[in-house]
Amino acid sequence: MTAAVEKSRGVPESSRAEWFTSYDVDAFEVPSGREEIWRFTPMKRIAGLHTGVAATGSAEVEVEAPTGVTVETVPRGDSRLGQGGVPADRVAAQAYSSFADATVLTVAADTRVEPVTVTVTGPGAGEVAYGHLQVRAERFAEAVVVIDHRGSGVYADNVEFVLADGAKLTVVSIQDWADDAVHISAHHARIGRDAVLRHTAITLGGNVVRLSPTAAFADRGAEVELNGIYFADAGQHFEHRTFVDHAVPNCTSNVVYKGALQGEDAHTVWIGDVLIRAAAEGTQTYELNRNLLLTDGARADSVPNLEIETGEIAGAGHASATGRFDDEQLFYLQARGIPEDQARRLVVRGFFHELLMKIQVPAVRERLEAAIEAELEAVGG
Amino acid sequence: MATLEIKDLHVSVGTDDGAKEILKGVDLTVRAGETHAIMGPNGSGKSTLSYAVAGHPKYEVTSGTVTLDGEDVLAMSVDERARAGLFLAMQYPVEVPGVSMSNFLRTAATAVRGEAPKLRTWVKEVKASMAELDIDPAFAERSVNEGFSGGEKKRHEILQLALLNPKIAILDETDSGLDVDALRVVSEGVNRFKASGETGVLLITHYTRILRHITPDFVHVFAGGRIVESGGSELADQLESGGYVKYTGEAAGV
Repeated sequence: MTAAVEKSRGVPESSRAEWFTSYDVDAFEVPSGREEIWRFTPMKRIAGLHTGVAATGSAEVEVEAPTGVTVETVPRGDSRLGQGGVPADRVAAQAYSSFADATVLTVAADTRVEPVTVTVTGPGAGEVAYGHLQVRAERFAEAVVVIDHRGSGVYADNVEFVLADGAKLTVVSIQDWADDAVHISAHHARIGRDAVLRHTAITLGGNVVRLSPTAAFADRGAEVELNGIYFADAGQHFEHRTFVDHAVPNCTSNVVYKGALQGEDAHTVWIGDVLIRAAAEGTQTYELNRNLLLTDGARADSVPNLEIETGEIAGAGHASATGRFDDEQLFYLQARGIPEDQARRLVVRGFFHELLMKIQVPAVRERLEAAIEAELEAVGG
Repeated sequence: MATLEIKDLHVSVGTDDGAKEILKGVDLTVRAGETHAIMGPNGSGKSTLSYAVAGHPKYEVTSGTVTLDGEDVLAMSVDERARAGLFLAMQYPVEVPGVSMSNFLRTAATAVRGEAPKLRTWVKEVKASMAELDIDPAFAERSVNEGFSGGEKKRHEILQLALLNPKIAILDETDSGLDVDALRVVSEGVNRFKASGETGVLLITHYTRILRHITPDFVHVFAGGRIVESGGSELADQLESGGYVKYTGEAAGV
């Protein structure tokens, strides 16, 4: 079957297939900020993470793990590290070259475990830290892992997800940093045969947060969902760069990112790269980004890139839309007596509803609902 | 007794070529216990009248007054008008993704009644009203109007009418796009609303068929942005046989 494909709006400088990757920071040139992958990022605000700033502190990593999950702190030389993926930009390579030790969580084969919580607390205001986390789901393991980022400081890290055949892993990564925090993070997923990764990124706080989730399939029949929710206030820069690399046949990917913005110079960026390589016949993929501008002065950039090297796919598509409040929706709700500020909150809550419902852990969902509610308190009414 | 009084209402809408006057002096009084039908050809401004009274931001009132029991409706925000007792059943109900019908109805009822309805009686009340309108209870958990058929949307407009129980209801082409059964169900809903005798209805329609189910006390012919003729229900019968040609001819000459 040949899919009808829209032409992508933002064509990258080179094919995603030709991107350079390396574990070694010195293999990357120092970016100027004009490069395609850095052009949206406010380089002056990232505290020199791209120019080799040394660690001055460390982030605290606390793990609450149920039975069935092994937690290890391992030195950099551990042979498992790097199996999830290779850094594709200088800051990720800097983090890979700079972390002191790594945390490795392993979910045992054929077990289904209670939710795991990893709390990462930043190094503190004015401090710089690097980190590394790897989550391994062995054959047919099933787990939910919540990674909760909070606190102050500058933090760059790599997070790996290594899914063996038939594993089912749900990841919720929350970036709810203090106002000063800078976080640049690369997530790398390697997904085994018939395995399923459901990854949700939720970015609510921080000065600059740039998160790049990459998913690659090790074998056929695998599935990935990359979901995202972000809510940027005045002056905040939240950037999410998703990449799904279809290199083997019969895999499925679905990317849905939704964001709301309010306040002067609130800025969000979503770059959605999908590459369907020649060998990836039978691929099914879709990606969607929606942004809701709640006030003037906010800016959302949205760039889907779909590259297809084979016509033998099941389906591929993308959609992107950025808009203000729909006045007709507000009118309708107000015409039923609902005051304007309440009507606005209903619309925004409804906008995120579909993604929130995908979060299976009630405690996490409730916390996010409350966080969004708190953000909405500030919406002009 | 509630009275909606519209006097010499002029309304413009912004277009690429500047403001265009749509309503050119509308006078109309609707009292509790009365049913008025406004009939007219497409483009005559009937829907503009309903949106202007409800307060849609697209329509600008350039002169005239609208009062509800003497209160200045035009000075009220959209939601204040609804809470004051006005209701507009829309021709094109809007979809609100991610907001469940049940949440929407309860939020609206809380706003209009001034306090949250008691949960137990509320659930019963909603179920009973849905049953009367042949609405599947599953709709309560669906997003507001999302993916509803035309008929389903209109039933839900009447459901809102029943639950919010306004003083004056304006029904904007509620009959359009309804099949025979749906028209009957929707009309019965409107008749139940009227039955108290304490509410007024302004029925805007292009066709006479809904008037066979809902009997109007007054019929007004709308053309060229104003009411050009008023009468009893016999006027509807004349329109049924004669159409609007006579009026559109007049309107073109204005």
